[in-house]
Amino acid sequence: MADEALFLLLHNEMVSGVYKSAEQGEVENGRCITKLENMGFRVGQGLIERFTKDTARFKDELDIMKFICKDFWTTVFKKQIDNLRTNHQGIYVLQDNKFRLLTQLSAGKQYLEHASKYLAFTCGLIRGGLSNLGIKSIVTAEVSSMPACKFQVMIQKL
Amino acid sequence: MSRQANRGTESKKMSSELFTLTYGALVTQLCKDYENDEDVNKQLDRMGYNIGVRLIEDFLARSNVGRCHDFRETADVIAKVAFKMYLGITPSITNWSPAGDEFSLILENNPLVDFVELPDSHSSLIYSNLLCGVLRGALEMVQMAVEAKFVQDTLKGDGVTEIRMRFLRRIEDNLPAGEE
Repeated sequence: MADEALFLLLHNEMVSGVYKSAEQGEVENGRCITKLENMGFRVGQGLIERFTKDTARFKDELDIMKFICKDFWTTVFKKQIDNLRTNHQGIYVLQDNKFRLLTQLSAGKQYLEHASKYLAFTCGLIRGGLSNLGIKSIVTAEVSSMPACKFQVMIQKL
Repeated sequence: MSRQANRGTESKKMSSELFTLTYGALVTQLCKDYENDEDVNKQLDRMGYNIGVRLIEDFLARSNVGRCHDFRETADVIAKVAFKMYLGITPSITNWSPAGDEFSLILENNPLVDFVELPDSHSSLIYSNLLCGVLRGALEMVQMAVEAKFVQDTLKGDGVTEIRMRFLRRIEDNLPAGEE
């Protein structure tokens, strides 16, 4: 099923729709990014529930992060995370060298200032997935040169 | 071996669920942003239109179908190739008008509404209205002006989901003024 194209187009429409309908000041104070992130959160929660219905119990936090990098990422973006780094103290950096939602945008530094709009949904997706696995986190993303990007996950100890 | 095969179909199902869930999150957000259902319907149609005008390129590149000679061929391609390719379902085509310019697409199950229930407060929401926009946008790019609307919806209690497609006119290429 070629629904990757469909999801990509839907995602891009969502981003432009949120920004088009943004009211005065919403773009500046980050309301738009929040809206996209919240949508991603809901989707991440739902997806992870469906996905891990029959999988074995996760051993620990690192196991969960590896699941996100391999199985979860492959299902959503048809490839694995290229690099996972951690300081073993609750901070993980997921690096994707060819992030699917950015490949159509540019191959370098052009439009860099717009990249964050296209990453918000995915940040929420990761946060939502982790949330329903019992992990509270803050997820941010940074891009220095498209289409490579890094997602930083900070686990919040309750 | 069989474990791997299981994973394959699982991930296919998951990809379609990704789209379904994302669409659901979108509609929920739109309902929060716009107070009445009519506005949400219009937004969905507009977004669908924008998606459709781009999707058609992807479709033509992937499917290799040639130009359709009449509306009947178009209907066949939409139901048997396009819907199958993008949503994994094959709606049936029925209710042709005598003039051959209107038909219905009957979807036994609509993947967009997989986990959805419409609350009473949103009874006039056309949940899958994005599809109408997509059809309209995509066909406009191949020179056909059509009208697409839902006449039956499983979310509203009907047995099937039915989209009525009406051919309006052929769009002539507009040459810029001064060129012949």
